[in-house]
Amino acid sequence: MRKITFVINGRKIETNERNTILRASLAHGIYIPHLCDHPDLTPFGGCRLCVVEIEGRGLTISCKAPVEEGLVVQTETPVINKVRRIAAELLIVNHHAECLQCVRNTECKLQDIAAYIGIEADHLQRLRQTAGDHPIDNSNPFFIRNPNKCVLCGICVRTCEEINGVRVLDFAFRGYETKISTLMNKPINESVCESCGECVVRCPTGALIIKDYQRPDRVVTTICPYCGTGCGIQLGVRGNKVVSVRGDRDNPINKGQLCVKGRFGYHFIDHPDRLTTPLIKRNGAFVKASWDKALELVATKFKEAQDRYGPEALAGLSSARITNEENYLFQKLLRCLGTNSIDHCARL
Amino acid sequence: MVGLATVLGSGAMTNTIAEITGADVIFVTGSNTTENHPIIGYRIREAVRKGAKLIVADPRVIPLAKIATLHLQFKPGTDVALFNGLVHVIIKEGLEDKDYVKKRTQGFEYLSSMVEKYTPEYVALITGVSAEDIVRAARLFAVGKSGSIIYCMGVTQHTCGTENVVALTNLSLLTGNLGIPHAGMNPLRGQNNVQGACDMGCLPNVFPGYQPVYGDRDTGTYWRRLKLEKDKSLQPAEEVDPSKLITDSIEFERPVYKGMSVSDEIRAKFSKAWKVELSDLPGRTIAEMFHHNPSRRNRVMYIVGENPVLSNPDTDHVRRCLEEMDFVVVQDIFLTETAQLADVVLPAASFAEKDGTFTNTERRVQRVRQAIKPKGESKADWEIIQELARRCGLDWHYSSPQEIWDEIRILTPHYFLGMSYERLETGGLQWPCPAVEHPGTAILHKDKFARGIGQFSTVEYRRLAADVVDKEYPFILTTGRKLYQYHTRTMTAKTDGLNRLLEEELMAINPQDAERLGLNAHDIAKITSRRGSIVSKIEITDQVLPGVVCMSFHFAETAVNVLSDPAVCNMSVVSGLKVAAVRIEKACEVQK
Ligand code: SF4
Ligand code: SF4
Repeated sequence: MRKITFVINGRKIETNERNTILRASLAHGIYIPHLCDHPDLTPFGGCRLCVVEIEGRGLTISCKAPVEEGLVVQTETPVINKVRRIAAELLIVNHHAECLQCVRNTECKLQDIAAYIGIEADHLQRLRQTAGDHPIDNSNPFFIRNPNKCVLCGICVRTCEEINGVRVLDFAFRGYETKISTLMNKPINESVCESCGECVVRCPTGALIIKDYQRPDRVVTTICPYCGTGCGIQLGVRGNKVVSVRGDRDNPINKGQLCVKGRFGYHFIDHPDRLTTPLIKRNGAFVKASWDKALELVATKFKEAQDRYGPEALAGLSSARITNEENYLFQKLLRCLGTNSIDHCARL
Repeated sequence: MVGLATVLGSGAMTNTIAEITGADVIFVTGSNTTENHPIIGYRIREAVRKGAKLIVADPRVIPLAKIATLHLQFKPGTDVALFNGLVHVIIKEGLEDKDYVKKRTQGFEYLSSMVEKYTPEYVALITGVSAEDIVRAARLFAVGKSGSIIYCMGVTQHTCGTENVVALTNLSLLTGNLGIPHAGMNPLRGQNNVQGACDMGCLPNVFPGYQPVYGDRDTGTYWRRLKLEKDKSLQPAEEVDPSKLITDSIEFERPVYKGMSVSDEIRAKFSKAWKVELSDLPGRTIAEMFHHNPSRRNRVMYIVGENPVLSNPDTDHVRRCLEEMDFVVVQDIFLTETAQLADVVLPAASFAEKDGTFTNTERRVQRVRQAIKPKGESKADWEIIQELARRCGLDWHYSSPQEIWDEIRILTPHYFLGMSYERLETGGLQWPCPAVEHPGTAILHKDKFARGIGQFSTVEYRRLAADVVDKEYPFILTTGRKLYQYHTRTMTAKTDGLNRLLEEELMAINPQDAERLGLNAHDIAKITSRRGSIVSKIEITDQVLPGVVCMSFHFAETAVNVLSDPAVCNMSVVSGLKVAAVRIEKACEVQK
């Protein structure tokens, strides 16, 4: 790919052709406020916050403007600030801003923008319409859609179409009435939604949020326990409990994307039904036992049977869910005990 | 996945998941990808958005069928006929990759004469797919620069599963799609570490890295090459450095050895490394562990992380077998249906509570990392196995999974030698990776196959391959999986939301059939096969053809495997889970 050089705020920047001005400057640490642009998605040009001035051409939205050799770009001028402020105020005015109760608090893009541009409460008050109270869609078991916090950036619409490929969501109605909606404006669980949550993780505000979300205190990168795709996941841990899963953006397979099982199917880890002690069956019922007792019993029984019927009396079924190292040890154990009767259910 | 191994080698994908988006044509069969391997489903949809042609060959109207260029809705169990029909058209119209066929394959003449009779009209009669669609599909697939074949259990879980894969491989070879980017034969493995379990030798006849334990079946060219090398130089085994013999790919064939066999040497190598004299007696496969003749079964059984009571065909039989055994120990994270039958249950740590590696369906080994402490007194499986080994008198002292992994690398150098934990840290590596400077292998069979030559195999459609439909059992039951549940639900049932999205089994039945049987939307049907019967709620949908019904095997309440056919594929021992002949009746009427 060809390299392009252009100037932004007096700084020379080299970037790939076909990049946009917005993404090139963000990559070089120059912040331009923006809301509807997302690195995974095609540029949309909806929020108009990313306006910049190109010498000789005037104002333009930088998320849609491709870089060109020798362009001279300004991101901060009185005109830009004025335009930007209007754009921001229009976005914020209809937003139900109860930031402290919002799970997106401190991770909200709208807050970033308000902080950067500096919104005047007075002015906002004058603008404020009686923001309509839209019903909240609670129908999906894993996430909530709150249209009252929606800024119509369309990121969820593009995500569903470009990432997952389902097309559940779209813009509906016109003008002031515009909102994001499912087909026929039905609750999302009656749509073709696959509950992948991709739209939720990309939503810049609190309009799409995970139910019962708990913020983790650390993350651990590992692999999804479900299917053979082997997506990279990051387990969010709080204390000794897994409280969230997000896709690992550095993983070459899923590039941060996940399906419903990978993202939301982690509750088995901490489920009360988990086995926590060895069990030995006595008269048809299980009783708790120590590791010592249980393992001793197993070893004795293996030996008894093998002494009596030969080593082939023992067979083992291994698991497609344990690690390579564990599978290796499992077959090593059985073969060392003299039997090659080892299989797993993967044939099925 | 013996099928693919028979022709090409291991049962893993020949290409990578990321390549799918760049394919010209994608042929999906026996895989409901968007529900069972959703991220791979995203890639297929992305490819279609970018203009790839998609051919879906599936008895059901799976979601991908709706965006497909062409959907071949064939009758369950007629896969071989369909694939042979496609091969017929390609050869007839001269659309094969002639250069590739000449340079890289053999057996083309046999193949051409075998498929002679599989004319579109004849195949249409067998499969129920129109002759025009068969011709169209063949042209679509052959004309594309790169054609990726993606398949799953729908293809392998048949009494003729191996033949299905062989027939598919012909299609791929014929069109020159093996060894090039965005193409290949891509089996999708169901559970997250099935590939790893196979690679690690959890099969009776092979040690880790598919090194033969006995009989020299399923042996690789590598082993033959090793042997030839030795014969030539008459050097003892130790002096041949295995990693030197490796090029960039590993393929397998089935050479027949006489006299001193490679497996003897392999066994000697492992005996030495493990400090035990290892047995050369053939072990039992899973089907043989649950043999219908009790005297042929083993007496004690050690089961780790599997729930064969639900996942195996003929559930009642498996239950009985386990009850009849002298002693059963089950190691799992939950008290599964299988664990309930055990004499001793050992609590294992979950994936989030231990370190190690998993290998995905594209052969990528990736690091699993411990996030939290094991729950209660549970322990990582490797620790439990080690403690048990010690009590059985073995002198094991592994202090970490990494130590175990390094032992694996040394004993399986042609696959894993280059994969240190350090190198696996980001993104993992795809085997074979035989040296620390080796980048891993994205595409198998790049320059040549095992013998330098890809072999066409001839497989005929066998009507008897499937459980036969007759007057008494007029319906074909096939099994599938659903997006919101996984396997036997040991894990998914623990997430309430997933239960809400799919609460219970619904047997899919065509509206015509439902009407004829007087079944309404909320009725409960009784489904009877030659082996047993169960009841299930129904879903009336034209996703299935008339004469076909479909159920999943996720729910214990409707254990569909009670019904399914335990007749095993004689080559790979995969049970014929996918097809059974059944009778449907109304069990009770439910008013709503
Ligand atoms: S959860 Fe996934 S499928 Fe559902 S609307 Fe969001 S992106 Fe689309
Ligand atoms: S996130 Fe979904 S597609 Fe990825 S490995 Fe997990 S179950 Fe499979």
